[in-house]
Amino acid sequence: MRSIDDSLFTRTSDVPALTRKEKLVRTVDRSLYAPLAVIVRDWRGLIGGTIIALFVFFGTIGTSLVDKPTMMEGPIFLSPFTNWEYPLGTGVMGQDILEQVIHATPAMLQMVLAGALLSVTLGTLIGTVAGYRGGTTDKVLMMATDVVLTIPGLALIIVLASIYQPESPIVVGLILGIDNWPKLARTIRSQVLSIREESYTEASRIMGLSQFHILRKDVISNLMPYISVNFANSARLIIFESVGLYFLGILPFTTLNWGVMMNEAYAGADLTSMQEIHWLLVPMALIMIVSLGFILFAQALDRIFNVRLRARHEKTAGGDAQ
Amino acid sequence: MYYAKRIGQSILVFLIAVTVTFALYRMLPFGPVEMLKIQLMQQFIEQGSSPTPEQMAKINGMVQTYTGIDPSQPWYISYYEYIRDIVLYQDFGRSIFKQEPVFTILFKAMPWSIFISIYGLALGTTVSLLLGAGMAYTEGSRFDTGLTIFSIINTTVPYYVVAILTLIIFSFNLGWFPSGGRMDPATTPGINLPFIIGVVKHAALPVFSSFIAGFGGALAFRGNCIREMGEGYIRVAQLRGISKGRIAIRYVGRNALLPVYTSIMMGLAGLFGSSIILETIFNYPAMGYVTFNALLNRDYPLIMGAFIFFTAITLLGILVADLTYGIIDPRVKGGSNREAY
Repeated sequence: MRSIDDSLFTRTSDVPALTRKEKLVRTVDRSLYAPLAVIVRDWRGLIGGTIIALFVFFGTIGTSLVDKPTMMEGPIFLSPFTNWEYPLGTGVMGQDILEQVIHATPAMLQMVLAGALLSVTLGTLIGTVAGYRGGTTDKVLMMATDVVLTIPGLALIIVLASIYQPESPIVVGLILGIDNWPKLARTIRSQVLSIREESYTEASRIMGLSQFHILRKDVISNLMPYISVNFANSARLIIFESVGLYFLGILPFTTLNWGVMMNEAYAGADLTSMQEIHWLLVPMALIMIVSLGFILFAQALDRIFNVRLRARHEKTAGGDAQ
Repeated sequence: MYYAKRIGQSILVFLIAVTVTFALYRMLPFGPVEMLKIQLMQQFIEQGSSPTPEQMAKINGMVQTYTGIDPSQPWYISYYEYIRDIVLYQDFGRSIFKQEPVFTILFKAMPWSIFISIYGLALGTTVSLLLGAGMAYTEGSRFDTGLTIFSIINTTVPYYVVAILTLIIFSFNLGWFPSGGRMDPATTPGINLPFIIGVVKHAALPVFSSFIAGFGGALAFRGNCIREMGEGYIRVAQLRGISKGRIAIRYVGRNALLPVYTSIMMGLAGLFGSSIILETIFNYPAMGYVTFNALLNRDYPLIMGAFIFFTAITLLGILVADLTYGIIDPRVKGGSNREAY
């Protein structure tokens, strides 16, 4: 028979306090090393991650490493992979296509970031609040979501773009992000509906923690897989839509981007000639590669947020995770 | 109750869409209405005189015939009149560029848009459902892996790239299909074979492109089928000696279809919007093409009218899908009984 002092409720644990260095090592291991290890060991994550890393690299630093494309810097309509001074060939004015493509990346990157961030933020916020609060708030927010879901998004975007004539890539991204959030909001809401019934959320509520705290710690941390996968998906959609609108010339040509390149090539190259068509095919291939990168990366992200899988890669994790 | 709620919701969304166009027209500083008014006033100023109150009234009247909004009235009165004109009299204003009522222009172009969109969607959905089921039944085979890879690659290709490439290959290079128009100009419209062949030939490439665009559902349907096939009731049905075909269609197919059905409905909303891009690439003179030209001409009454039209068609499509949802899933009932915090 145990004494009262040794009972379950009075025992205190004797975990040794960690030193600062140990804490730092643990943080780095858990939040940096383990996710990276999961990504690198999954071939989809490796390929997708590399593509996205290259995309970001050329969108930020890459432009300062490569010269700006100029007219008549090379021969006209050089086929790709024939002359290594112009690896992807040249266009009608003799401009280097590789340089054009690289200098078009920053605009694409800004559009994607602005649009995907907007749609993810809106979707998460509306989905969480609607699912957690329930009642009238839920009804009103879901009504709004349904309205946006059923209004043809591309038509609305085109109307907005024609009135505003947005020039900055960031504004273009924000406009394109408007119709991407309702699906995420619906998914998140249905997830929140099940999370709010979980015992740990119930416990936090009984403990009298603030609603903001519960939403942040108990609810949103469980939604990260959906949020990040949706980020990758809406990034892909924004690339598709923006390139399409620039290609048709609906958005004003202020910055060089892949849609503008396609537009110029479609109008300027003889499309029946194999000698000239690469001008159009290069930006098309890039769109496909980058969106493949986003798709693969989204699938790999699924694995990062799988707790058991991540624990297997953590060095500091103990217990049965091995 | 479910039906009443659905219909009510569609009407509400339609009114909101009309409100959005009104807000864009009227509320924005230097929005379309104000720009039109300034343009008309400038014409008077060029003639040498600043407009008199009478002429101002005339300008406001002209703005109203074009946009359906009288700028001299307070916004709530013009809002009421704008909605009344559209709902009761189908008056969307007049096109500035074509000098024709917007409704007539769009109404004539609409059937062609619906024609290629619906065929693209129907073909894409049927084929992807069949392939999805085929993949599920041959899970792990070479057919399954091959098609899975193809579907993933397919999602990386935007539909307009498919459109451009098919146009370049089959029209510019091989010359099998025409590169623009919607019928053969040498034939007489009506029920005769040359005319129908012409129409089919012109629609083939746009339909093919939207078919490829609508193909994505195969993987989702495959996943659902595999999940359903592992359920206990399928095994029970097999033990009861129910025929394989009946199990595949009535048991697996029907239950696996439910989650996909909603995403097909969502696809409708994207479909008519994407017709603006597709029809422009194929020079197919239907609603999307009209809208695109209106954009180039800054013909705001036509742009706004097209937006309302697109919304109305999409809503109608989704409503039909919603109302038929009860046929494949008898459990539909609205409302929930959760507690609110």
